[in-house]
Amino acid sequence: MSAVWLSVVVVGAATVLFKATGPVLLGRRGLPAWLAGPVSVLAPAVLAALVVTQTVGGHRELVADARLVGLGVGAVAVALRAPLLVVLVAAAAAAALVRLI
Amino acid sequence: MRARYLEGARAVAPIGVAAGAFGLSFGVLARSSGMGRLAPLVMSATTFAGSAQFAAASILGNAGAAAAAIAAAVMLNARYAPIGISVAPAFDGSLLRRLLQAQLIVDESWAIALKRREGFDVRVLLGAGGLLYVCWTGGTALGVLLGDAIGDPNRLGLDAAFPALFLALLVSQLDSRRTVIAAALGGAIALALIPFSPAGVPIVAGAAACLVGWRKA
Repeated sequence: MSAVWLSVVVVGAATVLFKATGPVLLGRRGLPAWLAGPVSVLAPAVLAALVVTQTVGGHRELVADARLVGLGVGAVAVALRAPLLVVLVAAAAAAALVRLI
Repeated sequence: MRARYLEGARAVAPIGVAAGAFGLSFGVLARSSGMGRLAPLVMSATTFAGSAQFAAASILGNAGAAAAAIAAAVMLNARYAPIGISVAPAFDGSLLRRLLQAQLIVDESWAIALKRREGFDVRVLLGAGGLLYVCWTGGTALGVLLGDAIGDPNRLGLDAAFPALFLALLVSQLDSRRTVIAAALGGAIALALIPFSPAGVPIVAGAAACLVGWRKA
């Protein structure tokens, strides 16, 4: 199986299970507190790590390229509360422009 | 009975438009990441969760291993366990029915059904989630087709759209001291590890910051 299909199948199956845990398995019992606490801040930690690795990540090195400019322009759009699609287009356009110059 | 489903669909309609556009960008970016045509569609239909899907596409596009893509996406979707548990008592019917209905739980449908003035109603959640599902998968299909027409994705700066998207999603999550600490630590750990570890490790290590973020706050 290719890396793409392996990811699609495993992520899909895991998500189906996560969503079904409560309504199908647990019913009225909740998650234990020691687990519920850390899970509630898992998403921001992962998203911050993704911002960093997808901006300056290279093959075992830090790389400063057009992506950094794209992120900067995207950050301005986020600060101005622009719709998500505008944020994406602004970031991509800025990076494309840097590569053109 | 039917009125509650419609109430949910109507309440979520403006977000549905955004979900369609978001699905369209996923289709384009997934296509540009070399995921092909069918895989992004299957992913939208089964995973039905934006941030995790973008994370997987982005890591696969950067020549990352499947393990890294899976780890990041699974961690992002782990929140659906506690979210599902919080509304679990409202679901009824057979096991299969509950399993299928639970798939319509996403951040937006959950929030709309929860913020209702008359109190939580599972049918509002299902109506809202159903409309979002149609918008998300339909948008993805359009995006995949559109992605075919686009040439070299990096020339168009599409690789820079990913971090900007993660930043936008992150900002919407920073609603407490704990989330800010977890995000700052997660980013710092990932940055420090990039030069010393294979792709994926910085993200998983950054995620461990949630344990520290929780303890310190």
